[in-house]
Amino acid sequence: MSDTAEPLVIAAPARGHGHALFRRVVRRPAGAVGLLLTVSVGLVSSFAPTLAADPFLLDNPALRPPSADHRFGTDNLGRDLFNAVVHGMRTSLTVVVWVTFISAVIGLAVGATAGYRGGLVDRVLMRVTELFQSIPRFFLALLAMSLFERTLRNLILVLGLTSWTFLARVVRAETLSIRTREYIEGARACGAGDVRIIWRHVLPNILPTATVVISLGASRVILLEAGLAFLGLSDQDRMSLGFLINNAQQFLQQAWWMSVFPGAAIVVVVLGINLLADTLNDVLNPLVQHVTDA
Amino acid sequence: MGLGYVVRRVLGIVPALFGVLIVTFVIVHAVPGDPAQLLAGEAATPERVEEIRRDLGLDRPLPDQFATYVAKVARGDLGFSTSQGRPVNTVIAERIGPTLLLSGAALCISTVLGLLLGLLAARRPFGRFDLSVNLAALVGYATPAFWLAQLAVLFFAVRLGLFPLLGYSDIRKELSGLGHLVDVTFHLTLPAVVLALSEVALLSRVTRTGLLQELGRDYVRTARAKGLADEQVLNRHALRNALLPVVTVLGTRVGFLVSGAVVIEAVFSWPGLGSVIVTAAQQADRITMLGLVLVVAFGVIVANLFTDILYGLVDPRVRHR
Repeated sequence: MSDTAEPLVIAAPARGHGHALFRRVVRRPAGAVGLLLTVSVGLVSSFAPTLAADPFLLDNPALRPPSADHRFGTDNLGRDLFNAVVHGMRTSLTVVVWVTFISAVIGLAVGATAGYRGGLVDRVLMRVTELFQSIPRFFLALLAMSLFERTLRNLILVLGLTSWTFLARVVRAETLSIRTREYIEGARACGAGDVRIIWRHVLPNILPTATVVISLGASRVILLEAGLAFLGLSDQDRMSLGFLINNAQQFLQQAWWMSVFPGAAIVVVVLGINLLADTLNDVLNPLVQHVTDA
Repeated sequence: MGLGYVVRRVLGIVPALFGVLIVTFVIVHAVPGDPAQLLAGEAATPERVEEIRRDLGLDRPLPDQFATYVAKVARGDLGFSTSQGRPVNTVIAERIGPTLLLSGAALCISTVLGLLLGLLAARRPFGRFDLSVNLAALVGYATPAFWLAQLAVLFFAVRLGLFPLLGYSDIRKELSGLGHLVDVTFHLTLPAVVLALSEVALLSRVTRTGLLQELGRDYVRTARAKGLADEQVLNRHALRNALLPVVTVLGTRVGFLVSGAVVIEAVFSWPGLGSVIVTAAQQADRITMLGLVLVVAFGVIVANLFTDILYGLVDPRVRHR
């Protein structure tokens, strides 16, 4: 979906009150399920320390199948997998929240500036965007994580600084179509400066589309983080779902639960966000096709 | 098809190639500390660090360094891999075959499957089949390829014993010719199908959406009006035009497939670039990692070039833009 940043049609931007939006989302089955999954994952992650003990504790019998004591079983070193999965979800969520914040700020700023200013600024910014897109994101992250110290902060920075390009292109395309509208002319005639026009008049109109692009990007970030951890390129001091699946590899024949539960946790997190994004797309941009189709 | 179009496209990738070199160069230099020490790794001897410094001209000004870097890459010299004990380009040349075989097989499988699913789903939009494909695509988007790979190993290899667990071929049997081919195909089946499934969702959705858009057009109404059966309208008229977006996503899919392949290889002990990456990551062998990233990035750029040319071939309008 990277090459299709065509200007998306905006039907009257569905703004209005938060609770009205909430009602329209939960009325759809996909939206209700997506919201339920995402909120549950958010709660589990927030309260991980009270819900689950230290995931690195080794004081259990090793390689036990799921039971009443160990709901998801134990791994080869006697770590409780339920604790590990809960803390792994917390790591995924921490990464995705920060990465989404960083990439949303960069993507909105670059896209809106390029689209609004046009000319040389636009050309330069779009060249930089293409530069970042020239290397598949996964390999760029692989390289960066093998060069920099493998800490959670660096992982977040690497993913955040490489995940904004698609958003920037979509925002630019939208801004291009908005900047010639009459109400922008009107604002300018009233003496509003560029920053004020972008902030007050352009961004609010882009928000419906941007929200969908941002939330879909978030689900990809989780898969990227899991893939890097699976290859051993993440913070080893933080429990992560990808690391757990990596660890399960050697014990596939003896302990299916070591692979099944962490993987299912990833699917739950990503599926929740995707369902929510799809529903938001239906609700906020009724004229636009499903973003996952693009 | 105009030769001019092809030449224009080929020249058009030069900035992208430079982009890859610039981005990787900047990343290496953004790391705090001495780049020579960084590339050599913590365990390297002082002689090795000096050697790398001299080799890459790291004691000279930045523009000189970049020129040295570009010249080395242009010669195909990617440095020496400490984790493999051989030059990086030798390592890549040896291991790229299985990765290409795996990605290529997966590309074929997912293309056939994606077109078929999209076509069947578009026949009755919002029907039972369409909704099932839609649901499967949603779950497919959410499933990491390497986990799907482990599930496949658990079920088909460990539980049912249908497929060999690991590897590229059976080393216990010394097969040659046709026997070897059959053996490799047998080992390839599970990884290729898993990789294909992990990205078939995109293609099936693009095919379905493209078809539905085409079905709303005038020429489709004409075809219906002259009495063609729905089946014929769909297969003979609409499909041809709906294939355009299918071609555009080809480049995206190649990037996706190669990223997926190197991760999946670790699960199946497939002897491609994936295991080189895992070893390089464990031993902090940055020169090997850099070489691998360069090769993959160049590969994806070339794949995108082919997509563009193919696109111009199937849609004459593109050539005149």
